Amino acid sequence: MRNTAMNMVHKLAARDERVLYIGSDPGAGTLRAMSKEFPKRHLIEGISEAHIIGMSAGLAMEGFVPYVNTIATFLTRRCYEQVAVDLCLHNLPVRLIANGGGLVYAPLGPTHQAIEDIAIMRALPNMTVICPCDADEAARMMEQTLDWKGPIYIRLGKGGDAIVSKAEHGFEIGKAILMRPQGDVLMVTTGIMLQRALAAADLLAAQGIRAGILHMHTVKPLDTAALLQAIRGTRLVATLEEHVPSGGLGSAVAETLIDKLGSGFPAMLRLSLPDRFMHNYGSQDSLLKKHGLSANAIATSIEHALAASRTSSPQLHST
Amino acid sequence: MIQISPHAEAALTCTLDERSLYLRRLVLGSVRSAGRGHVGPALSLIEMVRVLYDDVLRIDPSNPRDPNRDRAILSKGHGCLALYALLADRGFFPLSELEGFCGPDSILGGHPEYGMVPGVEASTGALGHGLSIGVGLALAARMRERSYRTFVLLGDGEINEGSVWEAAMGAAKHGLDNLVAMIDYNKLQSYGPTDYVLPLEPLADKWRSFGFAVQELNGHDVGALRTVLKQVPAVPGKPTAIICHTVKGKGLPAAESNADWHHKNKLTDSELDAIRVAVGDF
Repeated sequence: MRNTAMNMVHKLAARDERVLYIGSDPGAGTLRAMSKEFPKRHLIEGISEAHIIGMSAGLAMEGFVPYVNTIATFLTRRCYEQVAVDLCLHNLPVRLIANGGGLVYAPLGPTHQAIEDIAIMRALPNMTVICPCDADEAARMMEQTLDWKGPIYIRLGKGGDAIVSKAEHGFEIGKAILMRPQGDVLMVTTGIMLQRALAAADLLAAQGIRAGILHMHTVKPLDTAALLQAIRGTRLVATLEEHVPSGGLGSAVAETLIDKLGSGFPAMLRLSLPDRFMHNYGSQDSLLKKHGLSANAIATSIEHALAASRTSSPQLHST
Repeated sequence: MIQISPHAEAALTCTLDERSLYLRRLVLGSVRSAGRGHVGPALSLIEMVRVLYDDVLRIDPSNPRDPNRDRAILSKGHGCLALYALLADRGFFPLSELEGFCGPDSILGGHPEYGMVPGVEASTGALGHGLSIGVGLALAARMRERSYRTFVLLGDGEINEGSVWEAAMGAAKHGLDNLVAMIDYNKLQSYGPTDYVLPLEPLADKWRSFGFAVQELNGHDVGALRTVLKQVPAVPGKPTAIICHTVKGKGLPAAESNADWHHKNKLTDSELDAIRVAVGDF
């Protein structure tokens, strides 16, 4: 997914002279081909994220479309004020390409694990937040970023994630994709949780439970219409995210249901990481499994929540 | 023992001409109307902003978004009263707007906002942002082969921020000789002396070592400011830093070098009388 997104920057740069790549201190050879073909638009500016965001704002004020790239935690925590003031307050078309969203850098520990990035980016007025699920979707997404007004935070996965998106789904920023039609439960996913939801849906089907899946690649602006449509007739809405419980996809969905419906909506189950830093290493997969986000655990949690919802009136449940 | 710059001594003793007094009357009129404002930081800055807008910047108040205009960013956004006075005086917006400073429907807030105030290039107020934005503007000029220059006005307290030095390294890396950093070195930040809060000396050496061509002057000396600013870049291929030795609150004896005047709420009758004595009736 990362290589695809990077290569798309090169491709977009070939089409549009406004496009810049700005890296802090990325891996050796990052976008080497672009650096040879467009050396003036391939900028490596050092481990100075606060400065890079401000500089990108200045370039965007002059009509450029900078794609700023570094590790997700550094692109969010380190320079939050610059993102808020220089990019969001001025509403400038800077694209933040965040490597290693979620637990991709599991072995590197909590300084490198972006577990609250969706929340803090989503909180900013004018910011758009996108979490593609695989490389193919990342490519379709990048095509849409060229002329989008305002800043975009792009949370990338590890790379090598199973391709589950389909060309016929297309990609439109802010438009969710119904991957499986509504059933007893609707899983709402973002990023690479889609793959796990698809696997969980198969497990549930084996138990006779019909599971719909709404892939919310854009967490902000949230596709309210698609969400309200997709929950019709379902008994349970389960949100899946590689993120702390506060402020991410689950919060966005809950807020929307409360704001738009007030009451009478299905029971809700928010599956997420816990509200704490990770002190285990291993791999993204092992940490997700540890925190109940394997396909098996997701399916089991949904079964339990469905059973509970039969015996109680609709209400919000939290993990 | 830190050597006191002769420019700093000159800043303390130099007198102000009628235009500088007039601009101070505009600033203090805004403070009187609003019952609040950053007085000291604006008064130290007035001559720097005055010379920029009167003599240096290639700008057209009737076309504030002219793509070929010179860009100026007030990175120390809390000095905005000086900027507002100059912008109003130069015709970017009516002088009457100054009376509404900080009012509920005013375009003029306690920190300047892009899109609200004609002539304001960037929203500032959070410190340590302007030089990076300036690097972006200057780099864009280079890439687009445009001749406009970018001037960034920084506070001395502001350059406590590490982001300023990140930006300085970036400006030097790109050899941005179309970028000028002007430091309002009044040696007094909100809490007290810069030497106490976070010592900056040797300040000129710092900027030199970060790759800037450095000039120092008395920041209230209009003639010296004109001379230096008209000769930028000081060294081709390098960004320029102009260390402007100034006096916080310059022009008001009670406010000069007095941290209590960093931000002022309602002015008392006796303070207003003292202001009239210092800068004339307003």
